[in-house]
Amino acid sequence: MPKADSLQGSLDLLVLKTLSRRPGLHGYAIMTAIRERSDDVLRVEEGSLYPALHRMEEAGWLRAEWVTKDNGRRARAYALTKAGEKQLEAEESRWEAVTVAVQRVLRTV
Amino acid sequence: MSYWSRLVNVFRDERLRREIAEELESHIEEAVDRGRDREEARRALGPSLRLREESRDVRLLPWLDSLRADAVFGWRQISKHKATSAAVVLSLGLAIGSCLAAFQLVDALLLRPLPIAHADRLYVIEHETLNSQGRPETGDASEYPVFEQMREAVDGDAELLAISYASRADITFGSDEDVEKAYRQWVSGAMFETFGLRPAAGRLLARHEDAKPGASPYVVLSYDYWKSRFGGDPQVIGRTMRMEGQSYEVIGVVESGFTGVEPGVFVDFFAPVMMNPNVERKAVRWFRAFAALREGVAPEAVRVRLDGVHQAMLQERVVGLRAEGRLPSHHIDRLLRDRVLLESASSGTSRTQRSYREALFVISALAGLALLVGCANVANLMAAQGVARSREMALRVSIGAGRRRLIQLVMVESGWLALLATAVGAVFAAWAAPQVVGLINPPDNPARLALPLAGRPALFGLGLALTVTGLFGLIPALRASSVRPAAALKGGAGRPSKGRLMYGLIAAQVAFCFVVTLAAGLFVGSLNGLADQPLGFEAERLAVVDMAARSPTVPEAWEQVAESLRAVPGVESVALASWALMDSTAWTGAVWIGNEPAEDFPFFLGISPGWLETMAIRRLQGRDLRRGDANAALVNESFARAYFDGADPVGQWFERTALGGARERVQIVGLVADARYNSLKESIRPTIYLPFLPESAEGRLTPKSGAFMVRTSGDPTVLMAALREAGSRPRPELRVANVRLQQEILRGHTIRERLLALLGLFFAGVALLLAGLGLYGTLTYSVVQRRREIGIRRAVGAQAEDVAWSVAAGAAGTAVLGAAGGLALSLASAGSIEALLFGVKATDAAILAPTALAVVAVALLAAAPSVIRAIRIDPAEILRAE
Repeated sequence: MPKADSLQGSLDLLVLKTLSRRPGLHGYAIMTAIRERSDDVLRVEEGSLYPALHRMEEAGWLRAEWVTKDNGRRARAYALTKAGEKQLEAEESRWEAVTVAVQRVLRTV
Repeated sequence: MSYWSRLVNVFRDERLRREIAEELESHIEEAVDRGRDREEARRALGPSLRLREESRDVRLLPWLDSLRADAVFGWRQISKHKATSAAVVLSLGLAIGSCLAAFQLVDALLLRPLPIAHADRLYVIEHETLNSQGRPETGDASEYPVFEQMREAVDGDAELLAISYASRADITFGSDEDVEKAYRQWVSGAMFETFGLRPAAGRLLARHEDAKPGASPYVVLSYDYWKSRFGGDPQVIGRTMRMEGQSYEVIGVVESGFTGVEPGVFVDFFAPVMMNPNVERKAVRWFRAFAALREGVAPEAVRVRLDGVHQAMLQERVVGLRAEGRLPSHHIDRLLRDRVLLESASSGTSRTQRSYREALFVISALAGLALLVGCANVANLMAAQGVARSREMALRVSIGAGRRRLIQLVMVESGWLALLATAVGAVFAAWAAPQVVGLINPPDNPARLALPLAGRPALFGLGLALTVTGLFGLIPALRASSVRPAAALKGGAGRPSKGRLMYGLIAAQVAFCFVVTLAAGLFVGSLNGLADQPLGFEAERLAVVDMAARSPTVPEAWEQVAESLRAVPGVESVALASWALMDSTAWTGAVWIGNEPAEDFPFFLGISPGWLETMAIRRLQGRDLRRGDANAALVNESFARAYFDGADPVGQWFERTALGGARERVQIVGLVADARYNSLKESIRPTIYLPFLPESAEGRLTPKSGAFMVRTSGDPTVLMAALREAGSRPRPELRVANVRLQQEILRGHTIRERLLALLGLFFAGVALLLAGLGLYGTLTYSVVQRRREIGIRRAVGAQAEDVAWSVAAGAAGTAVLGAAGGLALSLASAGSIEALLFGVKATDAAILAPTALAVVAVALLAAAPSVIRAIRIDPAEILRAE
């Protein structure tokens, strides 16, 4: 479990949050969703996305299944598991704690 | 990853690999469907696929893609902060534009090679002589008989070419009534062939036209003149042009681009040197001798042979001079120490080059300093923005962006700013550079320089943009890249060093600012010093009517014109002289006093009776010249001091060389006050005034030209047309060549000083404005950052002045430190501009004090809003917010 003051988990947080809103997205769609939601500010490095997805799958937060897309091509769709939902909750509250801390620092310095 | 799944993975490795591969393939297909390049998408996936890629250039495409992404993001970042970005782009653009314009001028005047074959092997022959103070001076004028000997001496190793000084000639393509002026250059026929120039129409002058004096009455037009004067009409070939009583045939037009060898002047037509009567005269120096070296020939070898010819000529001439006794013998000895030099002329050679070389380098340096001030400013701004963006950077790191990627991101943004600023600068330079060229030389005869922005200036601009990006972008980029997510979000690390950097940059700005302002002060001081130089005559309300004689004149003709001018309403008095004072024309000659040759050649000027009154020059002793005076002269005070130990010289005699070479005795009939003859800077030389129209015209030439000095009761500018008409009417053989104001002529002597003062003030203004803005921004930022601290201090009893001082102390310290640095820098570099100054020094308190005052005033002005803002911080409000 990463420490509360680390941002290591923020890619996980972004992915989990995206999938909780729209389950069944595949990797490319997750990347696009994050970029569009953040108004192009957050660009997930494609090279880091798949290792993260696989890691979270291994951790049991995500489950993946092969689906056939409209164009007949196979894609791996991801969704949150129960453990994933818990993890998202934990990540979100940790993020809150960090940003509140940051806000306070910024306001007071 | 749990141990269990790792264990499982060992067994299902192959399947997993296939699955990952398929998933990544699917990702790539998706990317391709969205219109991305397959290879690029594959590479963007990075390490997981890279193992399977053997290609060497695997990093290039993702890099380009990230660059594009950063460019888009940078652009959005810039357009988000419109006001700041506009301020940055405009201020930086002004500074870059100034540098670009300065480079354009330096390039066009000093660096750009002539558009001829083998410009790098073209040299100009110069003569180094010792002046009366024993200091070496160089001149580049040559005489034709010696030139011919030199040409033979170096035959085979170098082609010697005679090319005269470009000068304005009166020419006509129709009747003698339609005289126009055009720039003429007398050139060797061999020049066109040697320079590898081709005709745009007709033919060019050829080598055989250098053989016989007077045998080739042909002229070649420049392309520019052909286009502007004749609209490129091919029928101009074969037309007759009249110049100085001789008819010439237009035989061709030289290809475009070649405008002579004098940067600053566009020659309109080229005539063969053989048509100039001076080709047969000894000791008349009227052209520059160029040497086009053959390939592989060492310049020194050629120089030695040229020097040999020159020394032989000197020896021969000295024998004659000693026999004549025209010069004191130590002057003759000095003549023998003349040497021939060979200077590179790959960029041409001109008076404009000589007199503006240093000035242009100084202007470039000032522009560069203004740019440094601007860069420091933007660096500060970017650094401040960087602090505000540290959270964004931290987030980027946490989602996998590396250090290089962050540097790239910030640099790309800086690059955008620099690029926009360079575009603004190019527009500014395109406007400013011709303006500056227009300020070189008098307004009626401006310098002309081709100032393309394409080519070398464009490369320079690009280099400038990159340098500037590096200068102001690198520090913020490195800072952004070193962000540590946790620390940055806590807001703790690195603050003190950043403060030091900011104040360091401000101090540097103030220092550069000080240097530029001091230079401006020195140039303004020089200009004022020159303008305040006593002239010895009254230049106000004085018009000059230059006359040219078409044919031999009688004294009565001049008298009639004078009467006609006097009849113009508003004219107070009219007098005649060989030329106007300070008109850059001089007549010098040897004189003997008591049979001893005078130390220096004094100036001579022909004047009519009444000239002294018209010019308002005081007569100290004796009488004015009278009509019918023969062998009588006035002398000035300097003459009396130099040759009569300051005693009254009236009634004394001197001897001078009359026309034909015989000595002639002249009696001094009057002593007059000193008046400036042709230089504002040099001390006034001994001057002799002789009758303009001697009583007996026997054995003398009647004057070919003269200048009527017209004193008016009101503003002379309104009388110009009337004077021109009144001057031309009475006599057909005398026509008005020009009507000018004496003040205009004087202004011609301070053009360079005026230019330097103007540009110096401009750059000082830009630097002060930028430094002021920089200081203002930094202080405002620091007060916002310190709101809480200040609020608490106020709450625990600190007085307003304590707070004000705590804010202002940093600024004051920085300004003082910067000013001190600037002073040291100025004193260290003052020597380099000494030659451009007149009557002022960098250490003059009268210059230093206003400079320091200006810098301090700007610093105070910039600091005031922040100090006020700090005082107004309400402790109660701050504490409530806690």
